[in-house]
Amino acid sequence: MNFFKKTLIATAVLAAPLVMASDAPLKIGLMLPASGTYAKLGTNITNGFKLYIDQQEGKLGERTIEYVELDDASDPSKATDNIKKLINSDKVDVVVGTVHSGVAMAMAKVAKETGTLMIVPNAGANAVTGPLCAPNIFRSSFSNWQPGFAMGEAVAKEGHKKVVTITWKYGAGIESVNGFKESFEKGGGKVVKELKVPFPSVEFQALLTEIAATKPDAVYTFFAGGGAVKFVKDYAAAGLKDSIPLYGAGFLTDGTLEAQGGDGEGLVTALHYADGLDSETDAAFRKAYTESFGKAPDVFSVQGYDAAQILATGLAAVDGDLDKMDELSAALEASVIDSPRGKFKLSKAHNPVQDIYLRKASGIENKVIGVASAALADPALGCRR
Amino acid sequence: MDLSIFLIQCLNALQYGLLLFLVAMGLTLIFGIMGVINLAHGSFYMAGAYMAYALAPVVESTVGGGFFSVIALGVVIAVLLGYFLEWAFFSFLYDREHLQQVLMTYGLILVFEELRSILVGDDVYGVQAPEWLSGTIALGDVMSYPHYRLFVSAVCLVLSLGLYLVLTRTRLGMMIRAGSSNREMVQSLGIDIKLLYRIVFAAGVAMAVFAGMIAAPISSVYPGMGNQVLIICFVVVVIGGIGSVQGAFLAALLIGVVDTFGKVLLPEFAGVLVYVLMAVILLWKPNGLFKAG
Amino acid sequence: MRYLSKHTFVIGSFMVLALFPLTASTYGMDLVSKVMIYAILALSLELLVGSTGLVCFGQAAFFGIGAYSVVLLSPMSQGASLLWSLPVAMLMAAAYALFVGALSLRTKGVYFIMVTLAFSQMAYYVVHDTDIGGGTDGIYLYFRPELPGIIDLDQPVQLYGLILGSLVLSFSWLALILRSRFGRALAGIHANEQRMRATGFSTYPYKLAAFVISGAIAGLSGFLFAVKDGFVNPEMLSWHLSGSLLVMIILGGLGHLRGAVIGAFAFTLLEEFFKSEAIFHTAAKHWHLGLGLSIILSVVLLPKGLVGIPEQLSNWVSGRKTTRATAGKQ
Repeated sequence: MNFFKKTLIATAVLAAPLVMASDAPLKIGLMLPASGTYAKLGTNITNGFKLYIDQQEGKLGERTIEYVELDDASDPSKATDNIKKLINSDKVDVVVGTVHSGVAMAMAKVAKETGTLMIVPNAGANAVTGPLCAPNIFRSSFSNWQPGFAMGEAVAKEGHKKVVTITWKYGAGIESVNGFKESFEKGGGKVVKELKVPFPSVEFQALLTEIAATKPDAVYTFFAGGGAVKFVKDYAAAGLKDSIPLYGAGFLTDGTLEAQGGDGEGLVTALHYADGLDSETDAAFRKAYTESFGKAPDVFSVQGYDAAQILATGLAAVDGDLDKMDELSAALEASVIDSPRGKFKLSKAHNPVQDIYLRKASGIENKVIGVASAALADPALGCRR
Repeated sequence: MDLSIFLIQCLNALQYGLLLFLVAMGLTLIFGIMGVINLAHGSFYMAGAYMAYALAPVVESTVGGGFFSVIALGVVIAVLLGYFLEWAFFSFLYDREHLQQVLMTYGLILVFEELRSILVGDDVYGVQAPEWLSGTIALGDVMSYPHYRLFVSAVCLVLSLGLYLVLTRTRLGMMIRAGSSNREMVQSLGIDIKLLYRIVFAAGVAMAVFAGMIAAPISSVYPGMGNQVLIICFVVVVIGGIGSVQGAFLAALLIGVVDTFGKVLLPEFAGVLVYVLMAVILLWKPNGLFKAG
Repeated sequence: MRYLSKHTFVIGSFMVLALFPLTASTYGMDLVSKVMIYAILALSLELLVGSTGLVCFGQAAFFGIGAYSVVLLSPMSQGASLLWSLPVAMLMAAAYALFVGALSLRTKGVYFIMVTLAFSQMAYYVVHDTDIGGGTDGIYLYFRPELPGIIDLDQPVQLYGLILGSLVLSFSWLALILRSRFGRALAGIHANEQRMRATGFSTYPYKLAAFVISGAIAGLSGFLFAVKDGFVNPEMLSWHLSGSLLVMIILGGLGHLRGAVIGAFAFTLLEEFFKSEAIFHTAAKHWHLGLGLSIILSVVLLPKGLVGIPEQLSNWVSGRKTTRATAGKQ
């Protein structure tokens, strides 16, 4: 009842200006981290997004694009106010964001209440396309479950039986490990120990010793950014790299290989993007991106680029009329997004149904060596659509 | 846990404790002697780590590289920076309420973090340990221990001993200790307390920067790294007893042990253990383990 | 005369806040609601820091406990009654404050600061690491508390009214407390605790009572925050928030209740200002720099915080040395 009332009011408020002016500029709120630990991810997502829009000459359909950029500083306690500011004060038509899962959760709630179109270009919290799923909420990246699940299949196929997992004790890490465990144990293996490091501590030595004492066949891990660099270096320094193979969700070696200084060499990880995919779309994207920003794109740039593609596809289906959210949603569920990562569709819960690649680190590249799981769909537990 | 694993864990605990002490040392000095609650200490640590990354190529091309010349240059810059900061931002604050200094250092954190973002960017970087320290020694049948970590531990021990001797055995140390317990008295004895403070502050900053530089090959270099060590450093200093070098040393080792074994034996509570330890110790000894001065 | 103008200022400000919804946009009301919630929280800390001299570095824990209480105690299918959920949230925060205060008041000075930090970190890790509150991603409040027929908090104006009312009540309550015998005892403790004790005055119960009152008010602000956003997250209990709160009350001016409110407004609005893309364009992403520099500047120029400005001005006008000049020459 409550929710219906709000949606009605919200649609009524939103509808008024839009119906009259569907060729008025389209305002896009980019709510991404510009400061703090995730600042670089925010920049790359923004770059990817803007690249696609620039390729359409700054217009989607008849509507020119205007950006409102807001630094969410990865702070969940300010997230609700920030997205409300974009919607109520800056009057954006679409919100794109963000990296941090807690912030994305707060955003999704507001988006669901106001009916504003929201596209998540990174945050992998399963809930965003689970219990929170809505006609107006989309994700261009992945769910934490996906790379973990795909890796579990692959590690089981390798014939490993006994695995130790290690991650930070926080949402993304735990969801990733749970995905891994699900498929790995289905494949006949056993997770003998689930090690967790208090977030955001990067002191791994005690747990590395624990791994050495357990002597598993392999280790699965989820770390990103500074933690990923340090974990891979420490793992190698402890002499474990040669004796116990290390597998991980792709963020372990994405954007971190250079900093890992050779210790990441040869690591096998699973992710929805890789170097050396050699598709036409990917080659064109890489060339354009490098020309525009002077450096090679990464998985975050791809997610930003695809967020723009999803927006473009959806808008085209409803002639730029964001009032027709149900039509837009149905059209997107039926379309194929021609992403640099390979073509993908959106599930009923609006998460990409995508190939998860196996990649092997070589130099500063994560070279594709196969597909860990083809057209993998998140189970979208708790989504009632 | 068998004996060999237990011994390796003890080594881990010791090593982590020493690393903590290295970072906390500068804080003990500034905090204990000048009474300044320096929230920007973590920023100096971060500055050090970024210097280790950014100065290396510069030094390489001008004076021909070398681990020690990079560190020497970093420390010189740090001393100048500390001297300047004390003169510009702190010297007029001593007569004010303590909390004004907190506000000042909080402002500095924001400024430093943003300058880092503007100057070096938001990427994560790795710093290589010098060639001659890149080996490892074998521990048990699967594990090995990097030489560099042992080297860092040794440096920590030497430094802490050095600091202890300077504070207890030299004239400068006497003046510093006297200044911390009674400013007016020291001033009336004709010692320039302002200069003394400036020296202490510069030394504290230099220690934080040094810690950042020497820890960089182990910790790698990433945004926000300063804020992460800040709180744990305060915990070390406070448990040990403010201003006490021996206390901080002991506290750092204690935290190393609790953290290391906590992660292994009580993984569910690993995050909170250090704070429980601090609360228990302070309720038992309200002035820390060693009350200074 | 000054006494009168202080009252005029406070009452006038509350009047402005009360009339604000008449002209404001939805966003404006959201922003001011947020600031008022922080102002209540800052007031609760001011009672400890400014009035009693107890520098608490763990206020975020009480705030977070108040917020999590309402979320966890609300039934899944409908809103909880405002009649019991609000007092319960305050009570939970006050209970934790009683526990923390009872133990941490044994220590002094910086040690006290750190013990309060330790206890707030414990609360932080409980909600961060366990499943009771949704873990790191946080948890939603699906239905706002209600008082059928009287208050409907889904109406922005009524929610605004509740927040403003809470602010006015907290302010007045604290003002009354500080003027009572109890308040004078706190001031005595702040000025010279040893002397109080030497005259046979047991200070501990007074400090503990201040702690509990402060916790309850912080719990109130946490409750309001959860109700306003409908979402709580462990970061609400983090030491970053405790630190920002200290900055707010110091910036506003310690030792004055209105300083806490002014500080909360100044701090939040400064942040909004430097973040504004319309004013700073691409430089807006470096908003920390502007905020940091203004804080440093305020330390240099405003030794008594923002509330000290009138005094500094009148000193300056009457040609006497400013406080800063005298302070510098001592």
